[in-house]
Amino acid sequence: MQKALAPEISTWPAENPQLIGSRCGACGATAFPRQNHCPRCSAGDMSELLLPRQGTLIAWTTQGFPPGAPYAGPAGKDFVPFGVGLVQLDDVIRVEGRLTENDPEKIQFGMDVELTMVPFTTDDEGNEVVTFAFRPL
Amino acid sequence: MNDVAIIGVGLHPFGRFDKTAMQMGAEAIQTALDDAGIEWKDIQFGVGGSYEVSNPDAVTRLVGLTGIPFTDVFNACATAASATQVCADTIRLGKYDIGIAVGLDKHPRGAFTDDPAKLALPQWYAQNGQFVTTKFFGIKANRYIHEHGISQATLAKVAAKNFRNGALNPNAFRRKPISEEEILNSAVLNYPLTQYMFCAPDEGAGAVIMCRADIAHRFSSKPVYLRAAEIRTRRYGAYEVHATSAPLDEDVSPTVYASKAAFEQAGVAPEDVDVIQLQDTDAGAEVIHMAEAGFCADGDQEKLLADGATEIGGPMPVNTDGGLIANGEPIGASGLRQVHELVRQLRGEAGERQVPGEPQVGFAQVYGAPGTAAATILTL
Repeated sequence: MQKALAPEISTWPAENPQLIGSRCGACGATAFPRQNHCPRCSAGDMSELLLPRQGTLIAWTTQGFPPGAPYAGPAGKDFVPFGVGLVQLDDVIRVEGRLTENDPEKIQFGMDVELTMVPFTTDDEGNEVVTFAFRPL
Repeated sequence: MNDVAIIGVGLHPFGRFDKTAMQMGAEAIQTALDDAGIEWKDIQFGVGGSYEVSNPDAVTRLVGLTGIPFTDVFNACATAASATQVCADTIRLGKYDIGIAVGLDKHPRGAFTDDPAKLALPQWYAQNGQFVTTKFFGIKANRYIHEHGISQATLAKVAAKNFRNGALNPNAFRRKPISEEEILNSAVLNYPLTQYMFCAPDEGAGAVIMCRADIAHRFSSKPVYLRAAEIRTRRYGAYEVHATSAPLDEDVSPTVYASKAAFEQAGVAPEDVDVIQLQDTDAGAEVIHMAEAGFCADGDQEKLLADGATEIGGPMPVNTDGGLIANGEPIGASGLRQVHELVRQLRGEAGERQVPGEPQVGFAQVYGAPGTAAATILTL
Protein backbone atom coordinates (compact mmCIF):
# COMPACT_ATOMS: atom_id res chain seq x y z
CA MET A 1 0.00 0.00 0.00
CA GLN A 2 0.98 3.66 -0.26
CA LYS A 3 1.82 5.88 2.70
CA ALA A 4 2.66 9.57 2.92
CA LEU A 5 6.08 10.55 4.30
CA ALA A 6 4.31 13.13 6.48
CA PRO A 7 0.55 12.42 6.62
CA GLU A 8 -0.12 15.46 8.81
CA ILE A 9 0.97 18.09 6.26
CA SER A 10 -1.36 17.31 3.36
CA THR A 11 -4.90 16.14 2.59
CA TRP A 12 -3.55 13.19 0.55
CA PRO A 13 -4.95 10.60 -0.26
CA ALA A 14 -7.85 12.93 -1.08
CA GLU A 15 -8.18 13.70 -4.76
CA ASN A 16 -6.26 16.84 -5.76
CA PRO A 17 -4.39 16.94 -2.43
CA GLN A 18 -3.53 20.23 -0.74
CA LEU A 19 -0.85 21.14 1.76
CA ILE A 20 -2.14 22.12 5.20
CA GLY A 21 -0.90 25.42 6.56
CA SER A 22 -2.21 27.81 9.16
CA ARG A 23 -3.35 31.42 9.19
CA CYS A 24 -3.18 33.90 12.04
CA GLY A 25 -6.55 35.20 13.22
CA ALA A 26 -4.91 38.37 14.55
CA CYS A 27 -2.68 39.56 11.66
CA GLY A 28 -3.46 37.23 8.75
CA ALA A 29 0.08 35.86 8.37
CA THR A 30 0.31 32.36 6.90
CA ALA A 31 2.74 29.58 7.83
CA PHE A 32 3.45 26.06 6.59
CA PRO A 33 3.32 23.56 8.20
CA ARG A 34 0.80 24.35 10.94
CA GLN A 35 2.09 26.05 14.07
CA ASN A 36 0.40 27.36 17.18
CA HIS A 37 1.83 30.87 17.40
CA CYS A 38 2.17 33.42 14.64
CA PRO A 39 5.71 33.92 13.31
CA ARG A 40 4.91 37.59 12.60
CA CYS A 41 2.83 38.88 15.56
CA SER A 42 3.27 36.00 18.08
CA ALA A 43 -0.49 35.72 18.69
CA GLY A 44 -1.79 32.25 19.60
CA ASP A 45 -4.73 32.36 17.21
CA MET A 46 -3.69 30.19 14.25
CA SER A 47 -6.33 28.22 12.37
CA GLU A 48 -5.91 25.57 9.71
CA LEU A 49 -5.73 26.73 6.11
CA LEU A 50 -5.65 24.51 3.03
CA LEU A 51 -3.06 25.97 0.68
CA PRO A 52 -3.61 26.55 -3.06
CA ARG A 53 -2.31 23.76 -5.30
CA GLN A 54 -0.83 25.92 -8.03
CA GLY A 55 1.80 28.58 -8.02
CA THR A 56 4.93 30.01 -9.57
CA LEU A 57 8.58 29.19 -8.99
CA ILE A 58 10.28 32.05 -7.11
CA ALA A 59 13.73 30.49 -6.61
CA TRP A 60 15.34 27.08 -7.15
CA THR A 61 18.45 24.95 -7.17
CA THR A 62 19.35 21.30 -7.61
CA GLN A 63 20.52 18.84 -4.97
CA GLY A 64 23.42 17.04 -6.58
CA PHE A 65 24.54 14.78 -3.73
CA PRO A 66 22.62 12.56 -1.30
CA PRO A 67 21.69 14.46 1.88
CA GLY A 68 22.98 12.95 5.14
CA ALA A 69 20.86 11.18 7.76
CA PRO A 70 17.96 11.34 8.47
CA TYR A 71 17.34 11.63 4.69
CA ALA A 72 14.85 8.87 3.82
CA GLY A 73 15.20 8.78 0.03
CA PRO A 74 17.40 6.52 -2.08
CA ALA A 75 21.11 7.08 -1.35
CA GLY A 76 24.38 5.68 -2.67
CA LYS A 77 24.22 4.52 -6.28
CA ASP A 78 20.43 4.76 -6.22
CA PHE A 79 20.52 8.50 -5.55
CA VAL A 80 19.07 10.67 -8.29
CA PRO A 81 19.71 14.45 -8.10
CA PHE A 82 16.53 16.42 -7.56
CA GLY A 83 15.33 19.98 -7.92
CA VAL A 84 14.29 22.07 -4.92
CA GLY A 85 12.35 25.30 -5.14
CA LEU A 86 10.52 28.05 -3.32
CA VAL A 87 7.02 28.15 -4.78
CA GLN A 88 4.55 31.00 -4.38
CA LEU A 89 1.10 29.43 -4.05
CA ASP A 90 -1.28 32.04 -5.51
CA ASP A 91 -0.96 35.13 -3.31
CA VAL A 92 -1.04 33.16 -0.06
CA ILE A 93 2.38 31.82 0.89
CA ARG A 94 5.71 30.56 -0.44
CA VAL A 95 6.49 26.90 0.28
CA GLU A 96 9.85 25.19 -0.12
CA GLY A 97 9.66 21.74 -1.69
CA ARG A 98 11.09 19.23 -4.11
CA LEU A 99 10.61 19.72 -7.85
CA THR A 100 9.85 16.81 -10.14
CA GLU A 101 12.33 18.29 -12.64
CA ASN A 102 16.09 18.10 -11.94
CA ASP A 103 17.56 19.49 -15.16
CA PRO A 104 18.68 23.14 -14.76
CA GLU A 105 18.04 23.59 -18.50
CA LYS A 106 14.36 22.82 -17.97
CA ILE A 107 13.70 24.80 -14.77
CA GLN A 108 12.83 28.48 -15.14
CA PHE A 109 12.24 31.31 -12.70
CA GLY A 110 8.56 32.23 -12.74
CA MET A 111 7.37 28.97 -14.29
CA ASP A 112 3.94 27.67 -13.32
CA VAL A 113 3.94 24.59 -11.09
CA GLU A 114 1.39 22.40 -9.36
CA LEU A 115 1.45 20.29 -6.22
CA THR A 116 1.75 16.55 -6.80
CA MET A 117 2.52 13.49 -4.70
CA VAL A 118 5.38 11.39 -6.02
CA PRO A 119 6.85 7.97 -5.15
CA PHE A 120 9.82 8.59 -2.84
CA THR A 121 11.04 5.37 -1.21
CA THR A 122 9.89 2.00 0.14
CA ASP A 123 9.67 1.49 3.90
CA ASP A 124 10.72 -1.58 5.92
CA GLU A 125 7.27 -3.14 5.54
CA GLY A 126 7.27 -2.81 1.77
CA ASN A 127 4.94 0.19 1.62
CA GLU A 128 5.52 2.74 -1.10
CA VAL A 129 6.18 6.08 0.58
CA VAL A 130 5.02 9.17 -1.32
CA THR A 131 6.01 12.78 -0.70
CA PHE A 132 4.93 16.19 -1.96
CA ALA A 133 6.65 17.88 -4.85
CA PHE A 134 5.92 20.57 -7.43
CA ARG A 135 5.69 19.70 -11.12
CA PRO A 136 5.96 22.14 -13.99
CA LEU A 137 2.67 22.82 -15.79
CA MET B 1 31.60 52.10 29.34
CA ASN B 2 35.14 51.08 28.46
CA ASP B 3 36.57 50.92 24.96
CA VAL B 4 37.99 47.51 24.11
CA ALA B 5 41.36 46.67 22.56
CA ILE B 6 42.73 43.46 21.11
CA ILE B 7 46.25 42.83 22.41
CA GLY B 8 46.86 39.23 21.37
CA VAL B 9 45.73 36.85 18.63
CA GLY B 10 46.51 33.18 18.08
CA LEU B 11 45.44 30.73 15.44
CA HIS B 12 45.93 27.00 15.12
CA PRO B 13 46.07 26.27 11.37
CA PHE B 14 42.80 25.09 9.80
CA GLY B 15 42.64 21.72 8.03
CA ARG B 16 42.86 18.09 9.12
CA PHE B 17 45.09 17.16 12.06
CA ASP B 18 45.95 14.16 14.22
CA LYS B 19 45.02 15.89 17.48
CA THR B 20 41.94 16.87 19.41
CA ALA B 21 40.04 20.14 19.08
CA MET B 22 40.96 20.84 22.69
CA GLN B 23 44.70 20.50 21.95
CA MET B 24 44.31 22.89 19.02
CA GLY B 25 42.49 25.32 21.31
CA ALA B 26 45.28 25.14 23.88
CA GLU B 27 47.88 25.87 21.19
CA ALA B 28 45.89 28.84 19.88
CA ILE B 29 45.63 30.19 23.44
CA GLN B 30 49.40 29.89 23.95
CA THR B 31 50.08 31.67 20.65
CA ALA B 32 47.72 34.50 21.67
CA LEU B 33 49.36 34.77 25.12
CA ASP B 34 52.81 34.97 23.52
CA ASP B 35 51.52 37.58 21.10
CA ALA B 36 50.19 39.69 23.99
CA GLY B 37 53.27 39.06 26.11
CA ILE B 38 51.21 37.87 29.08
CA GLU B 39 50.64 34.60 30.93
CA TRP B 40 47.51 32.52 31.41
CA LYS B 41 47.30 33.63 35.04
CA ASP B 42 46.78 37.20 33.76
CA ILE B 43 43.54 36.20 32.02
CA GLN B 44 40.56 37.20 34.21
CA PHE B 45 37.75 35.49 32.27
CA GLY B 46 37.15 33.38 29.19
CA VAL B 47 34.49 32.72 26.58
CA GLY B 48 34.66 29.51 24.55
CA GLY B 49 32.83 28.52 21.38
CA SER B 50 32.42 25.16 19.67
CA TYR B 51 29.93 22.95 17.86
CA GLU B 52 31.47 19.51 18.28
CA VAL B 53 32.93 20.09 21.77
CA SER B 54 30.32 20.43 24.49
CA ASN B 55 32.64 22.07 27.03
CA PRO B 56 35.29 24.26 25.42
CA ASP B 57 35.99 25.66 28.91
CA ALA B 58 37.64 22.30 29.68
CA VAL B 59 40.65 23.66 27.79
CA THR B 60 41.63 25.08 31.19
CA ARG B 61 42.79 21.54 32.07
CA LEU B 62 45.50 22.01 29.42
CA VAL B 63 46.45 25.64 30.07
CA GLY B 64 45.84 26.15 33.77
CA LEU B 65 43.10 25.70 36.38
CA THR B 66 43.06 29.26 37.63
CA GLY B 67 39.40 29.34 38.67
CA ILE B 68 38.35 32.10 36.27
CA PRO B 69 34.75 32.46 35.10
CA PHE B 70 34.61 30.70 31.71
CA THR B 71 31.38 30.69 29.69
CA ASP B 72 30.71 28.49 26.68
CA VAL B 73 28.66 29.78 23.76
CA PHE B 74 27.16 28.21 20.67
CA ASN B 75 25.53 30.18 17.88
CA ALA B 76 26.04 28.00 14.79
CA CYS B 77 28.22 29.75 12.17
CA ALA B 78 28.13 32.88 14.36
CA THR B 79 29.57 31.01 17.37
CA ALA B 80 32.96 32.71 17.27
CA ALA B 81 31.31 36.08 16.72
CA SER B 82 29.24 35.45 19.85
CA ALA B 83 32.39 34.59 21.80
CA THR B 84 33.97 37.80 20.52
CA GLN B 85 30.93 39.86 21.44
CA VAL B 86 30.52 38.41 24.95
CA CYS B 87 34.23 38.87 25.67
CA ALA B 88 34.21 42.46 24.40
CA ASP B 89 30.98 43.43 26.16
CA THR B 90 32.17 42.02 29.50
CA ILE B 91 35.15 44.39 29.33
CA ARG B 92 33.04 47.22 27.91
CA LEU B 93 30.65 46.94 30.86
CA GLY B 94 33.54 47.07 33.32
CA LYS B 95 33.27 43.66 34.95
CA TYR B 96 36.82 42.55 34.08
CA ASP B 97 39.87 44.15 32.46
CA ILE B 98 41.45 41.29 30.48
CA GLY B 99 39.68 38.35 28.86
CA ILE B 100 40.02 35.77 26.13
CA ALA B 101 37.68 34.49 23.41
CA VAL B 102 38.51 30.97 22.28
CA GLY B 103 37.02 28.89 19.47
CA LEU B 104 37.81 25.29 18.60
CA ASP B 105 36.24 22.59 16.45
CA LYS B 106 36.86 19.31 14.71
CA HIS B 107 34.11 18.32 12.27
CA PRO B 108 33.62 14.99 10.51
CA ARG B 109 34.11 15.09 6.74
CA GLY B 110 31.22 16.08 4.49
CA ALA B 111 28.33 18.52 4.65
CA PHE B 112 26.83 19.33 8.04
CA THR B 113 23.92 17.13 9.13
CA ASP B 114 21.86 17.23 12.31
CA ASP B 115 18.54 16.32 13.87
CA PRO B 116 16.04 18.84 12.42
CA ALA B 117 14.25 18.96 15.78
CA LYS B 118 17.27 20.88 17.10
CA LEU B 119 16.37 23.68 14.69
CA ALA B 120 12.61 23.70 15.39
CA LEU B 121 12.00 21.86 12.12
CA PRO B 122 9.79 18.83 11.45
CA GLN B 123 11.41 15.45 10.76
CA TRP B 124 9.95 15.28 7.25
CA TYR B 125 11.95 18.37 6.26
CA ALA B 126 15.14 16.31 6.61
CA GLN B 127 13.67 12.98 5.46
CA ASN B 128 12.50 14.77 2.31
CA GLY B 129 16.02 15.99 1.49
CA GLN B 130 15.49 19.69 2.20
CA PHE B 131 17.53 19.95 5.42
CA VAL B 132 20.76 20.70 3.58
CA THR B 133 22.56 24.00 4.14
CA THR B 134 24.24 23.94 0.72
CA LYS B 135 20.80 23.68 -0.94
CA PHE B 136 19.77 26.98 0.64
CA PHE B 137 22.96 28.66 -0.54
CA GLY B 138 22.29 27.28 -4.04
CA ILE B 139 18.74 28.67 -4.05
CA LYS B 140 19.87 32.07 -2.74
CA ALA B 141 22.82 32.37 -5.12
CA ASN B 142 20.81 31.19 -8.11
CA ARG B 143 18.06 33.74 -7.52
CA TYR B 144 20.53 36.53 -6.78
CA ILE B 145 22.62 36.07 -9.91
CA HIS B 146 19.45 35.75 -12.00
CA GLU B 147 17.97 38.98 -10.63
CA HIS B 148 21.17 41.03 -10.57
CA GLY B 149 22.96 39.97 -13.72
CA ILE B 150 25.87 38.11 -12.17
CA SER B 151 27.47 35.35 -14.25
CA GLN B 152 28.44 31.90 -13.02
CA ALA B 153 31.96 32.79 -14.23
CA THR B 154 32.06 35.57 -11.63
CA LEU B 155 31.31 33.02 -8.91
CA ALA B 156 34.31 31.05 -10.17
CA LYS B 157 36.42 34.24 -10.00
CA VAL B 158 35.52 34.62 -6.33
CA ALA B 159 36.53 31.05 -5.51
CA ALA B 160 39.75 31.33 -7.54
CA LYS B 161 40.69 34.52 -5.68
CA ASN B 162 40.14 32.87 -2.31
CA PHE B 163 42.21 29.82 -3.28
CA ARG B 164 44.97 32.21 -4.49
CA ASN B 165 44.87 34.10 -1.20
CA GLY B 166 44.88 30.80 0.70
CA ALA B 167 48.08 29.84 -1.10
CA LEU B 168 49.70 32.90 0.55
CA ASN B 169 48.43 31.95 4.01
CA PRO B 170 50.48 29.37 5.96
CA ASN B 171 47.47 28.67 8.23
CA ALA B 172 45.07 27.84 5.38
CA PHE B 173 43.57 24.41 4.64
CA ARG B 174 43.66 24.73 0.81
CA ARG B 175 46.97 26.20 -0.31
CA LYS B 176 46.86 25.46 -4.05
CA PRO B 177 45.47 27.88 -6.61
CA ILE B 178 42.63 26.42 -8.70
CA SER B 179 41.80 27.89 -12.10
CA GLU B 180 38.40 29.45 -12.83
CA GLU B 181 37.91 26.84 -15.54
CA GLU B 182 38.51 23.95 -13.15
CA ILE B 183 36.16 25.53 -10.59
CA LEU B 184 33.40 25.92 -13.20
CA ASN B 185 33.89 22.36 -14.45
CA SER B 186 33.88 20.68 -11.03
CA ALA B 187 30.75 18.75 -10.00
CA VAL B 188 27.57 20.82 -9.65
CA LEU B 189 26.53 20.31 -6.02
CA ASN B 190 23.68 22.83 -5.92
CA TYR B 191 23.17 24.69 -9.19
CA PRO B 192 24.76 27.15 -9.96
CA LEU B 193 27.31 26.28 -7.29
CA THR B 194 30.02 23.74 -8.04
CA GLN B 195 32.15 21.71 -5.65
CA TYR B 196 35.10 24.14 -5.65
CA MET B 197 32.79 27.10 -4.99
CA PHE B 198 31.96 25.67 -1.54
CA CYS B 199 33.91 25.64 1.70
CA ALA B 200 34.21 22.41 3.69
CA PRO B 201 33.78 21.74 7.40
CA ASP B 202 37.23 21.02 8.89
CA GLU B 203 39.29 21.53 12.05
CA GLY B 204 41.07 24.40 13.76
CA ALA B 205 41.14 26.84 16.65
CA GLY B 206 41.52 30.54 17.33
CA ALA B 207 42.02 32.77 20.35
CA VAL B 208 41.76 36.54 20.81
CA ILE B 209 42.83 38.38 23.97
CA MET B 210 41.09 41.66 24.74
CA CYS B 211 41.53 44.29 27.43
CA ARG B 212 40.31 47.71 28.53
CA ALA B 213 41.56 50.13 25.88
CA ASP B 214 43.13 52.48 28.43
CA ILE B 215 45.59 49.79 29.57
CA ALA B 216 46.29 48.31 26.12
CA HIS B 217 49.64 50.07 25.67
CA ARG B 218 51.02 48.09 28.62
CA PHE B 219 50.84 45.01 26.40
CA SER B 220 50.96 46.11 22.79
CA SER B 221 52.67 48.89 20.88
CA LYS B 222 49.93 48.63 18.26
CA PRO B 223 46.62 47.70 19.89
CA VAL B 224 43.68 47.16 17.57
CA TYR B 225 40.36 48.49 18.85
CA LEU B 226 37.19 46.45 18.68
CA ARG B 227 34.63 49.13 17.85
CA ALA B 228 31.56 46.97 17.32
CA ALA B 229 30.32 43.37 17.40
CA GLU B 230 26.64 43.08 16.53
CA ILE B 231 24.51 39.95 16.09
CA ARG B 232 21.08 39.79 14.49
CA THR B 233 18.64 36.98 13.68
CA ARG B 234 16.17 36.68 10.80
CA ARG B 235 13.02 38.75 10.75
CA TYR B 236 9.62 37.67 9.50
CA GLY B 237 9.84 37.92 5.72
CA ALA B 238 13.44 36.87 5.27
CA TYR B 239 13.86 33.54 3.47
CA GLU B 240 16.79 32.00 5.33
CA VAL B 241 18.71 28.76 5.63
CA HIS B 242 16.32 25.96 6.70
CA ALA B 243 12.83 27.31 5.96
CA THR B 244 9.70 25.29 5.28
CA SER B 245 7.87 28.37 4.03
CA ALA B 246 8.19 32.12 3.60
CA PRO B 247 5.70 34.99 3.33
CA LEU B 248 5.16 37.03 0.16
CA ASP B 249 6.34 40.26 1.79
CA GLU B 250 10.11 39.93 1.74
CA ASP B 251 12.49 41.36 4.30
CA VAL B 252 16.26 41.61 3.96
CA SER B 253 18.74 39.18 5.49
CA PRO B 254 20.01 39.56 9.08
CA THR B 255 23.44 40.46 7.64
CA VAL B 256 21.94 43.77 6.53
CA TYR B 257 20.71 44.57 10.04
CA ALA B 258 23.85 43.36 11.82
CA SER B 259 26.13 45.34 9.49
CA LYS B 260 24.09 48.53 9.76
CA ALA B 261 24.09 48.28 13.56
CA ALA B 262 27.84 47.64 13.64
CA PHE B 263 28.64 50.61 11.41
CA GLU B 264 26.46 52.86 13.58
CA GLN B 265 28.07 51.58 16.76
CA ALA B 266 31.59 51.99 15.36
CA GLY B 267 30.96 55.41 13.84
CA VAL B 268 32.48 54.41 10.51
CA ALA B 269 30.97 53.81 7.07
CA PRO B 270 31.51 50.97 4.57
CA GLU B 271 33.67 53.26 2.42
CA ASP B 272 36.06 53.73 5.38
CA VAL B 273 36.83 49.99 5.51
CA ASP B 274 40.23 48.90 4.18
CA VAL B 275 40.07 45.11 4.72
CA ILE B 276 36.93 42.97 4.53
CA GLN B 277 36.24 39.44 5.77
CA LEU B 278 32.94 37.93 4.60
CA GLN B 279 31.23 34.59 5.17
CA ASP B 280 32.01 32.75 1.93
CA THR B 281 30.29 29.48 2.73
CA ASP B 282 30.17 29.51 -1.05
CA ALA B 283 31.25 31.92 -3.76
CA GLY B 284 27.68 33.19 -4.15
CA ALA B 285 27.50 34.05 -0.46
CA GLU B 286 30.61 36.26 -0.75
CA VAL B 287 29.08 38.09 -3.72
CA ILE B 288 25.75 38.58 -1.92
CA HIS B 289 27.32 39.58 1.40
CA MET B 290 29.34 42.32 -0.34
CA ALA B 291 26.02 44.05 -1.01
CA GLU B 292 24.21 43.02 2.19
CA ALA B 293 27.02 44.41 4.33
CA GLY B 294 26.89 47.70 2.44
CA PHE B 295 30.06 47.61 0.35
CA CYS B 296 28.33 47.83 -3.04
CA ALA B 297 24.91 47.90 -4.69
CA ASP B 298 23.22 44.69 -5.84
CA GLY B 299 24.64 43.75 -9.23
CA ASP B 300 27.80 45.86 -9.01
CA GLN B 301 29.76 42.73 -8.12
CA GLU B 302 29.99 41.58 -11.76
CA LYS B 303 32.10 44.62 -12.68
CA LEU B 304 33.92 44.83 -9.34
CA LEU B 305 35.12 41.23 -9.67
CA ALA B 306 36.06 41.76 -13.34
CA ASP B 307 38.14 44.78 -12.27
CA GLY B 308 39.83 42.84 -9.46
CA ALA B 309 38.39 45.20 -6.84
CA THR B 310 38.30 42.52 -4.15
CA GLU B 311 41.88 41.29 -4.68
CA ILE B 312 44.49 41.97 -1.99
CA GLY B 313 45.78 44.93 -4.01
CA GLY B 314 42.30 46.18 -4.97
CA PRO B 315 40.27 49.02 -3.46
CA MET B 316 38.08 46.66 -1.36
CA PRO B 317 40.05 43.51 -0.52
CA VAL B 318 37.78 40.63 0.55
CA ASN B 319 38.91 37.48 2.37
CA THR B 320 42.61 38.22 2.22
CA ASP B 321 43.46 34.99 4.05
CA GLY B 322 41.43 32.88 1.63
CA GLY B 323 38.16 33.03 3.58
CA LEU B 324 36.16 29.92 4.32
CA ILE B 325 36.71 28.59 0.81
CA ALA B 326 40.47 28.19 1.41
CA ASN B 327 40.38 27.72 5.20
CA GLY B 328 37.31 25.55 5.64
CA GLU B 329 34.92 26.09 8.51
CA PRO B 330 35.56 24.84 12.02
CA ILE B 331 32.42 26.58 13.27
CA GLY B 332 33.68 27.56 16.72
CA ALA B 333 36.87 29.10 15.35
CA SER B 334 35.82 30.56 12.01
CA GLY B 335 34.88 34.06 13.17
CA LEU B 336 38.03 34.27 15.28
CA ARG B 337 40.08 33.44 12.18
CA GLN B 338 38.50 36.52 10.60
CA VAL B 339 39.44 38.67 13.59
CA HIS B 340 42.96 37.18 13.57
CA GLU B 341 43.40 38.11 9.91
CA LEU B 342 42.09 41.66 10.43
CA VAL B 343 44.44 42.21 13.38
CA ARG B 344 47.43 40.93 11.35
CA GLN B 345 46.44 43.21 8.45
CA LEU B 346 45.92 46.32 10.61
CA ARG B 347 49.22 45.72 12.38
CA GLY B 348 50.96 45.28 9.03
CA GLU B 349 51.98 41.71 9.85
CA ALA B 350 50.20 39.85 7.05
CA GLY B 351 53.36 39.07 5.06
CA GLU B 352 52.80 38.12 1.43
CA ARG B 353 49.09 38.85 1.68
CA GLN B 354 49.49 42.27 3.32
CA VAL B 355 47.03 44.84 2.02
CA PRO B 356 49.10 47.83 0.87
CA GLY B 357 48.62 51.38 2.13
CA GLU B 358 48.56 50.78 5.90
CA PRO B 359 44.92 49.71 6.38
CA GLN B 360 43.17 51.38 9.33
CA VAL B 361 39.71 49.78 9.44
CA GLY B 362 38.67 46.13 9.19
CA PHE B 363 35.23 44.51 8.89
CA ALA B 364 34.22 40.88 9.49
CA GLN B 365 30.86 39.20 8.85
CA VAL B 366 29.56 35.70 9.52
CA TYR B 367 26.23 34.16 8.55
CA GLY B 368 24.64 30.79 9.20
CA ALA B 369 21.74 28.67 10.34
CA PRO B 370 18.97 29.29 11.07
CA GLY B 371 19.34 32.87 9.80
CA THR B 372 21.88 34.45 12.17
CA ALA B 373 24.46 37.04 11.20
CA ALA B 374 27.18 38.99 12.97
CA ALA B 375 29.28 41.99 11.98
CA THR B 376 32.49 43.02 13.74
CA ILE B 377 34.48 46.20 13.16
CA LEU B 378 38.11 46.76 14.16
CA THR B 379 40.19 49.92 13.84
CA LEU B 380 43.70 51.02 14.67
